[in-house]
Amino acid sequence: MTDSAQALVSDSYKYGFVTDIDEDRAPPGLNEDVIRFISAKKGEPEWLLEWRLGAFGRWQKMSEPKWANVHFPPIDYQAASYYSAPKQKAAPKSIDDVDPELLRTYEKLGIPLHERKALAGVAVDAVFDSVSVATTFKDKLGELGIIFCSFGEAVREHGDLVQQYLGSVVPQGDNFYAALNSAVFSDGSFVYVPPGVRCPMELSTYFRINAAKTGQFERTLVIADKGAYVSYLEGCTAPQRDENQLHAAVVELVALDDAQIKYSTVQNWYPGDAEGRGGIYNFVTKRGACRGARSKISWTQVETGSAITWKYPGCLLEGDDSVGEFYSVAVTNNRQQADTGTKMIHLGRNTRSTIISKGISAGKGQNTYRGLVRVQPKAVNSRNYTQCDSLLIGQKCGAHTVPYIEVRNPSSRVEHEATTSKISEEQMFYCRSRGLSQEDALSLIVNGFCKEVLKELPMEFAVEAQKLLSVSLEGSVG
Amino acid sequence: MLEIKNLHASVDGGREILKGVSLTVRAGEVHAIMGPNGSGKSTLAGILAGRDGYDITRGSVIYDGRDLLAMSPEDRARAGIFLAFQYPVEIPGVNNMYFLRVALNAGRKARGEPELDAGQFLKTVRNKLKLLEIDDDLLQRGVNVGFSGGEKKRNEIFQMAMLEPRLAILDETDSGLDIDALRVVANGINRLRAPNRAIVMITHYQRLLDHVAPDFVHVLSEGRIVRSGDKSLAAELEKTGYAGVGV
Repeated sequence: MTDSAQALVSDSYKYGFVTDIDEDRAPPGLNEDVIRFISAKKGEPEWLLEWRLGAFGRWQKMSEPKWANVHFPPIDYQAASYYSAPKQKAAPKSIDDVDPELLRTYEKLGIPLHERKALAGVAVDAVFDSVSVATTFKDKLGELGIIFCSFGEAVREHGDLVQQYLGSVVPQGDNFYAALNSAVFSDGSFVYVPPGVRCPMELSTYFRINAAKTGQFERTLVIADKGAYVSYLEGCTAPQRDENQLHAAVVELVALDDAQIKYSTVQNWYPGDAEGRGGIYNFVTKRGACRGARSKISWTQVETGSAITWKYPGCLLEGDDSVGEFYSVAVTNNRQQADTGTKMIHLGRNTRSTIISKGISAGKGQNTYRGLVRVQPKAVNSRNYTQCDSLLIGQKCGAHTVPYIEVRNPSSRVEHEATTSKISEEQMFYCRSRGLSQEDALSLIVNGFCKEVLKELPMEFAVEAQKLLSVSLEGSVG
Repeated sequence: MLEIKNLHASVDGGREILKGVSLTVRAGEVHAIMGPNGSGKSTLAGILAGRDGYDITRGSVIYDGRDLLAMSPEDRARAGIFLAFQYPVEIPGVNNMYFLRVALNAGRKARGEPELDAGQFLKTVRNKLKLLEIDDDLLQRGVNVGFSGGEKKRNEIFQMAMLEPRLAILDETDSGLDIDALRVVANGINRLRAPNRAIVMITHYQRLLDHVAPDFVHVLSEGRIVRSGDKSLAAELEKTGYAGVGV
C-alpha cells in the first residue's frame, strides 16, 4: 500500500478523539472487593451484589474460548480498571445538569442529546465509559407505559422486572466473557414495552469508551410484553489508542406472545491502525428469547470497527410459530479479525429462522462466518434458510465459512447457501468508465453486495451504515 | 477531437496487438471500424476508455488537446468519453436508476455544474426513454443483472443517451442482437448523432451499418488500419469479405 493510501486509512477513523473529563475509577484489578465497590457505587440492592459475586465465582473457574478463528496476545484481566465514570457532583436530574464537555462529545459524534435537537422519532440513551449519561424522550415514552432508562436506574426503580429477566436469556455461566460481564457490568440500557403497545419511535443507545486502560461492560435488557413492538438501535465508537481495550457486553432480549423486537447495531469501535496496533476487542454475547408464541426477533448488524470481533447474536425460538432473523454485514480491513455469525435454536413447533450474512474482507483482514442452526426434536415443521456471501478485495485477506447444522426431527428443513466472490477488475472499470472515482466505485459495489442487509436497517441508520462502509474500505484499492 | 497517432500496444508483457494505428475523428462524424476477429478492434476501444492491462509501447492519443493516455478512466468519462461495452458488467444490488444518477452527477460535479436531484433526474430519464423508444422496465432492476443480451445493449445505449458524451465508442454493440433489438439500438444511435458529438462504432458485421450510415469506414487488420473509405467500403466488404479487400 502506498503512503498516501495508508494515511487515508489512518485518517479515516473520525471518532478517534479523547474527551478531557474528570473520571471516577476503580483501581486496576479484579477481585470481590472491586465488585463490591462497583455495586456500592451504584447503590445496588443486596440481591444484585450476590448475583455479581456468583458470576465472579463462575468466571474464576472458566477460561477464554479458544475455538474462534482470531488471534491475539493473552489479556491480563488484572491490569484493567473495571469501573470508570465521568465525575459529576450529583446524578444529573435533567439534561441541563450534564457536564457540558460530555454534551460536546456527543455533538461531535453527531448524537443530538438535547431533545429539541433530537432527530424526530429517535430516543437516545448515551453510555459514556461505564455510565449512562442521559436518556431523551423519557417522559413521552412514559405516557405509553414504556420504560427506557439506564440499567442502573432500572435496578433502582423497576427492580422486580430486572430481577425477573436478568440472566434469563444469557445465563451467568454462558461463556467466559458473559460471566465477566455479569460480575462487573456497570451500566447499559433497559427497555420494557407493556402489552399491546407499539413503541412509536426508534430507541437508541450510543456507547462510547473514552477513558484509557478501562474495559467497557455494559448490559442491555429489552423486554417486549405480549403483543408489543419495539425497534432498538445501538451505535458504538471509541478514541484512537495504541493499546487494546476490552469491550464485553451482554444483550438479552425477551419477546412474549405475539411480540416483536427489532435490534439493529452499527458497530464502529476503533479498529486499530494499519499495522494492527490498538483497537477494541469486541467480545460480546447477544441473545434473544422468542419466549411467546408467534413472537419475532430480528438482529441486524453492521460491524465495521474493532480490532477483533467475536459475537453471535442468536435466537432461542421457544414459542410455537416464533421467528428469528439475523442480517449481518461484517467488514475487516487492514489487520482486523472478525469471527461472527449467529445461533438459531429451534425449540417450538413451526419455528422459522432466516440468516443473511455478508462478509467483506480487505487488506489483511480475516473474516469468519460461524453459525449454528439447531432444530430440536420437538421443533416439528421448522424451517431455516441461510445465505452466506463473502466478498474479497485484494490478495491478502481471507474469508471463512463455518456452518454447524443439527436437525433432530424429520419434518424440518434447513437450507444453506454460500458464495465467495472477488470484486472484479471489470466491475471497477465499468463504474469508472461511467465517471465514478475508484473509491465511489468500490463503495457502490460493496453497498450493492450488502443491500439485502442494509434494507433491514431503519432509514437514518442505513444512511450512516453506507457511509461507514465506504470509510472502512478507504485505501483498500489502487 | 480525437487524434490517434502511430499507436502501438501489447497485452501486459506479451504479444503486440496494435502495430501503428492512426486515426483522426472530428466532431459530428460517425466512424465505423471493421475487421476480423483478433484484429485489435476491442483492444483499441479498451485503450481509448482506459482499461488496464495494456502496455502502450509507442504513439500518442490526443483528445481535445489533452494527452488521453495519461488520464484515468473516470477523468476520461467526465471529459465526455463513453464506451458502450461489448459485455456489459453486472453489479448486483445496485439499482440501475441509482447507478445512472451517480454516474451523471459525477460528470456534472467534475464540470462544475449543479447535481441533479431525484425529480430533475427522473424528468431527464423520461425524456430520453421517449426519444429512444425504450421501455422503462429495466430501470428498477440491478445494473445488468438478469438482463438478456439485447437488454444489456439497450441499456448501454440508454446510458449513453443519459450521459451525453462528446465521443462515444461502441464496442460490438450489434453483436448478439436479434433484428428487432438491432433496430432499437440503431435508432438510439441515430437519435444521438449530433454536430458536437463523434461516434466510433466497432463492428464485425455490415448489418449495423445498414441502419446507421457512417461517414467513414476503416478496416483494421493485424493491428493496423489497412483501408479507409466512405460507407461504400462497407458494402464492398459485405460482398467480397475481408479477403476481398486484401486482408
